[in-house]
This record gives sequence, C-alpha cells and structure tokens, in this order.
Amino acid sequence: MAVTTTQPRRPPLADTAETQTSELAYGRTDWDDHHHLPTNTGLTNEKVTMWAFLGSDCLLFGALISTYLLCRNRVGPATKGPTAADLFDIPFTSVSSFVLLMSSLTMVLAVTSIQRAEMERCKLWLLTTAALGSIFIAGQVYEFTGFYREGLGFTTNISSSAFFTLTGFHGVHVSLGIVMLVTMWVLVTRGNLGPERAETIEIIGLYWHFVDIVWIVIFAVVYLIP
Amino acid sequence: MNTATVSEDETHQEHSDHGLSDVGYIKVALILAILTGVEVATYFVDFGVVEIPSLLILMVVKFQIVVSYFMHLKFDSKVFSYLFVTGLILAVVVFAAMGTSLAFWQDPAGCDASAFC
Repeated sequence: MAVTTTQPRRPPLADTAETQTSELAYGRTDWDDHHHLPTNTGLTNEKVTMWAFLGSDCLLFGALISTYLLCRNRVGPATKGPTAADLFDIPFTSVSSFVLLMSSLTMVLAVTSIQRAEMERCKLWLLTTAALGSIFIAGQVYEFTGFYREGLGFTTNISSSAFFTLTGFHGVHVSLGIVMLVTMWVLVTRGNLGPERAETIEIIGLYWHFVDIVWIVIFAVVYLIP
Repeated sequence: MNTATVSEDETHQEHSDHGLSDVGYIKVALILAILTGVEVATYFVDFGVVEIPSLLILMVVKFQIVVSYFMHLKFDSKVFSYLFVTGLILAVVVFAAMGTSLAFWQDPAGCDASAFC
C-alpha cells in the first residue's frame, strides 16, 4: 500500500521569516558572516550603498579632472593672470599629500582596532586620522591664500576656476570625512558604537580611503605632470 | 591539535578573509611612502622622456594598492569591485571624451575664442 504524506501548505517565505525570527530571538549579531545576512546579495545594504556612491563619485572627479586638463593652460582672450601651475609649491604639496596618505594607514588601524574590540585604541586612531585630515585641509587653505595673494582668484581666468573647483570639491570631501570621523569618535566614546557595529567604522573608512585615492590622482595629474 | 593551535589557525584564516594584520598595513603604508618619494623626486630630477609615463605608472600602482589593501577590495565580495570599477570605467570614458575634444574639436589655426581658450 502506497503511503502518501501530505505536507501542510505554508505561506511563501515562511522559512525565511522563521529563520530571521529565531536569529532575533537568540540575539544573533554576527553580521560579518556574509552567508547569514538577510539580504539578496548576502552583503549589508549600507556597504553596497557606500560602494555604489564611491563609484558614482568617480564620475564626478573624472569630470572635474578632465575639465581642469582641458582648461589648465587657458587664460581666456579677455582675462589675464597666472595659471595655478605657475604658482605650485611642489615641496609643500608633497608634504600635504604624504600626510593624507598616512591618514589612510591610521584609518585602517582604527577599523582593525574596533574589530578586535580595542575601543581605546580605536578612539585614538580615529582622532589621529581626523587630525591628519585637518592638517591637510589647513595646508590647502594656506595654499589657496597664497595663490590669492599672488593674484589668482576663483574668477581670474578659466584655468583658475577649473583648478579651484577641482581641489575645492576634494577639500569639501575631506572636510565631510573629518566631520564623520569626529562623529564616530563621539559615538564610540559614549558607548553607542561597539565592536558589533564595526562595519559602520569600516564604511566611513571606505569614504576616507576614497578621498585619499582621488588625491593620489590629483597630485600626479594636476601637480606633478608638467 | 590543541585548542590554542586551532584558535591561531582561525585567526590566520580570518586575516586572509578580511585583510592584513596591523604590521602588514604598516608595511603597505611604507611602500606607499616610498612610491610617493619617487614621485616627488621626478620634480627635482630630470627623468627626460620617461618622466610622464613613470608618474602615471606610479599613480596607478598607488591607487591599486590603496584600493586593494586599505579598502579591502582584494579580500571582499566581487560585487563591490564591480560597483567601483563600473564608476571608474565611466570616469575613464569621460576622460577619453575630453581627449577627443583636444584632438578633433580644436581650431587647427590655433586658439578658438569661442571655445574660451
């Protein structure tokens, strides 16, 4: 006699809902384990979003760098004045570039610290990164002030407009990064951000490394290549 | 195999999955610092015809190192690489389009005032 077993009809996604409920019930927080994340990709939406944003930001800086290269030697028929390239202080900018590059190291050390639950060390590296970023911005303000005193303003000519727009946008990105780093430091200090949310610091770190790689391109293409 | 050995193996596995150790990151930063030093040296020393190609190569190598190790793309999901590389390719297309304006759209007689040069 054939035995037929009939399974009770279950609503769609019932298994998924059950798994997620049980995970929440047992307080599961291992979001680093990609295979158990409740997303289609197995990756956190926040991290995917940050990478998508960084990809789109490549376009912004690609356009700005292209515009500068197109206009770098053009002062226009009616306007005069020097170009930014005439006034570059390469040794000074090299030091600024080195400072920003080293801030990427301190940022990655902040990420590894919070992943190991070393909160004091994480706070130290976050503050160091913000301080290095601030030194870079101070250097940029000093450079811009020097250019202005030499007669190179934003509207002096096409070349200067393109230069200030490109480096100014990068400076705004670095400044926003500093604000985010200080915010992370406050959250960690108040105990609102622990090792279980280390990915938040990692995502801020991705943004910070991005402003670093953009500067790597700007430093080579705008400053060093004659 | 005792517990300590297992734990050490797991730690090594974790590092290979999620990035380098702190010492590894410091070594990467040292390499970046040396490459930056070489870049800056091209300003003080005349490298002749190899100056621009070497600067471009150094720029690409530094870019690649930061993206691979500091941003973890080498160790992370390929989805992130696809997202980022798509943006990069589009940026290069924009750059190439600008290049065509330099090569094809300029007045052969020289400066074209309507093109704000």
